[in-house]
Amino acid sequence: MTDKPKFAMYWAASCGGCEIAVLNIHEKILDVDANFDVVFWPVAMDAKYKDVEAMPDGYITMTLFNGGIRNDENEHIAKLLRRKSKILVAFGSCANEGCIPGLANLSKPQEIFDTAYATVSTDNPNGIRPQPKWSAPEGELHIPKFYPVLRTLDQVVPVDYHMPGCPPESHQIAAVVDLVVKALHGEATLPPAGAVIGAGDSTVCDECPRTRNVKTIKQFTRIQDFKPDPKLCLLEQGIVCNGPATRSGCGALCPQVGAQCIGCYGPAEGVVDYGARLMTAVASVIDSTDPKEIDKILNGIPDPAGQFYRFNLAKSLLRASKAAIQG
Amino acid sequence: MQRITVDPITRLEGHGKIEIFLDGEGNVANTYFQIPELRGFERFVVGRPVEEMPLLTNRICGVCPEAHHMAAAKAADAVYHIEIPRTAKMLRELLYSAFYVTDHTTHFYALAGPDFVMGPNAPVAERNILGVIHKVGLEVGGKVIQCRKYGHTVVEMIGGRKVHPCTSIPGGLTKGITAEQRDEIVKMGQWAIEFAQFSLKLFNDIVLGNKAYVDLILGDIYTHKTYYIGTVDANNKVNFYDGMVSVVDPDGKRIGKYAPNEYTDWIAERVEPWTYLKFPYLKKIGWKGFTDGKDSGVYMATPLSRLNAADGMATPRAQEEYAKFYSTLGGKPVHQRLAIHWARLIELLYAAERWVELATDPEITSDNFRAIPTEKPTEGVGIVEAPRGTLTHHYWTDERGVVTKANLIVGTTNNYAPISMSIKKAAQSLIKQGTVVTEGMLNMVEMAFRAYDPCFGCATHSLPGQMPLEVTIRDARGEIINVLRQRC
Repeated sequence: MTDKPKFAMYWAASCGGCEIAVLNIHEKILDVDANFDVVFWPVAMDAKYKDVEAMPDGYITMTLFNGGIRNDENEHIAKLLRRKSKILVAFGSCANEGCIPGLANLSKPQEIFDTAYATVSTDNPNGIRPQPKWSAPEGELHIPKFYPVLRTLDQVVPVDYHMPGCPPESHQIAAVVDLVVKALHGEATLPPAGAVIGAGDSTVCDECPRTRNVKTIKQFTRIQDFKPDPKLCLLEQGIVCNGPATRSGCGALCPQVGAQCIGCYGPAEGVVDYGARLMTAVASVIDSTDPKEIDKILNGIPDPAGQFYRFNLAKSLLRASKAAIQG
Repeated sequence: MQRITVDPITRLEGHGKIEIFLDGEGNVANTYFQIPELRGFERFVVGRPVEEMPLLTNRICGVCPEAHHMAAAKAADAVYHIEIPRTAKMLRELLYSAFYVTDHTTHFYALAGPDFVMGPNAPVAERNILGVIHKVGLEVGGKVIQCRKYGHTVVEMIGGRKVHPCTSIPGGLTKGITAEQRDEIVKMGQWAIEFAQFSLKLFNDIVLGNKAYVDLILGDIYTHKTYYIGTVDANNKVNFYDGMVSVVDPDGKRIGKYAPNEYTDWIAERVEPWTYLKFPYLKKIGWKGFTDGKDSGVYMATPLSRLNAADGMATPRAQEEYAKFYSTLGGKPVHQRLAIHWARLIELLYAAERWVELATDPEITSDNFRAIPTEKPTEGVGIVEAPRGTLTHHYWTDERGVVTKANLIVGTTNNYAPISMSIKKAAQSLIKQGTVVTEGMLNMVEMAFRAYDPCFGCATHSLPGQMPLEVTIRDARGEIINVLRQRC
């Protein structure tokens, strides 16, 4: 081990896409290697929880933490890494705002278990459910305890920086690596604690090449039901596109290939509640002042909870359904 | 009772744990391979529009999102009872073939290759991708990186993004490709064919040319006689994107083929209280526990399974390799788990050939890449072959196309029972009364596991590098009497 700054990366409840995005920075990985000692990165190297426990507090210079807090093991590691890290980065949508797995917060844990262990192909006549502690004939077995709701990293421990995206785009990761390396050499200063890094400060619409004509609409349409004009704003063609509420930084990848923005970069700068901002934007394209007609137009959005809080539910003002919180 | 905890395997850290219990004589009494995570996708996709399934379910796995994107899109097509245009089907399969090339390459060179190229008993420090590069030549490393880049380029061209593609919708895709893009894709595909042939030659020279390795592959420790499943086309040739799922018994006899919407007649899943993951098995045969043989419904779904379940490969070069595979290993079916690695390389060549075949089809640049659904949405099943096993998505919707129920059987999940059996068998063979567990032995256990390229809960995907193990041996009172570690 050298006296280089120490780097760690960890996945909690996540899909692994954040790790792939980091690998996709290609040769920049060598900069990480040249400037840091990688002390903990389960996906890529051999180091155990107890190795981290043995480190002095604040030993790790920077930890990229991806994934949400779904069970007691996730929480334990989040607290451990907070203690051991000078800089803790909430990396990717799951750690920042819960991402798609955060939609589980609309259901009670009981409903989640009753669905997963009683599907049409599940043979489970005795209604068996996995147990945190179970006595096998040979001895006791343990698995982590599933929490009532999924939480974001900063709902569990203080976070220094937020890096959004599902996953963060590789060019943004490379830029952050550059910045941190320069800062370590005294050639740049790090942004103030609490800042969003690796993203823009406007909206996806500002990066989108589609033309906006400030046109209003009489109905919302679903992407499979018509062929949108490839040059015009999707929202103005009646497809609910999350661009107006979503932070820039991805380069508007999805709208450029004919797919609506689904909001994976999270709330734009200054937005307190993502869904509320998106609702405002959606309302602004509705061509009606008649409440009944407006209701009818809004009925064209089949899933408001998912539409407005797809990636953001766990972090939103709603956070979870009452039923989920009460278990 | 003594207990050995393999806790955790680093790249599954937080996501996988093996418990080995010894009896009074110090022999293995039982093993438990536990998956400690549940996220609940089948529940929370309910209430979401079905066209979002290809976008939401690819977040199950960031390493193989292409597989979920395709299975979900096919299930959504089925929900709308729509036949997608030929160009749409080809574009999806083209994206998928390029993804396969990348995925299989990564697995072989970074994970499996080191055991064979360096040898299972090589010093730990050399048994990794760097060791392979040093032995075979620096240009191999460059080729592997090039292959990853090419694969991701095609995924992004057709799918819109490198990770979590976004262009497949019910009825086809949101975009097609231009002639310029096609030309670039063809060129990269031709390179991929050469690379796949190079990889097979490497395997041939280093592994098949070495009797010790061949003996290792054919050895009993890595053998399980189970059923096999895999998707086949109309000519019973391996296909990754579309077809019927063929099921063969341990004698290699096809006992049937099922269409996606018939999967519940064939597959059932067992729940155990000590793990979050379910154990699929063949319903018609039944669950008889973690055991081999014709009476046990345990089946495997891997590259080897697909080869065993098919009559051959649909492309010429891959077919030649297929014939050689079975003539070398003594005919069909092949039960030896380490042969999965060789099968994976044959699939790599097929995927590269298929990539070029699809990209050079005159209709690949056609504008006819989507159809508008006209029928009322109801229920649909989509199946593709994920690299790690048959992937099934099943959705029910209301008349607006909003999901009311969902069922997912994910690639690696198919192999949960056989992997558990392989771990137990390796442990039983290697841990015996009086034997001292050594590092080399640990790698032999690890090899049993690695052949499957496991991706648990799809949240716990294996990535390039070594798969280190730690074994803690405890006496009957739970005191640690020895710790053995294998480092990168």
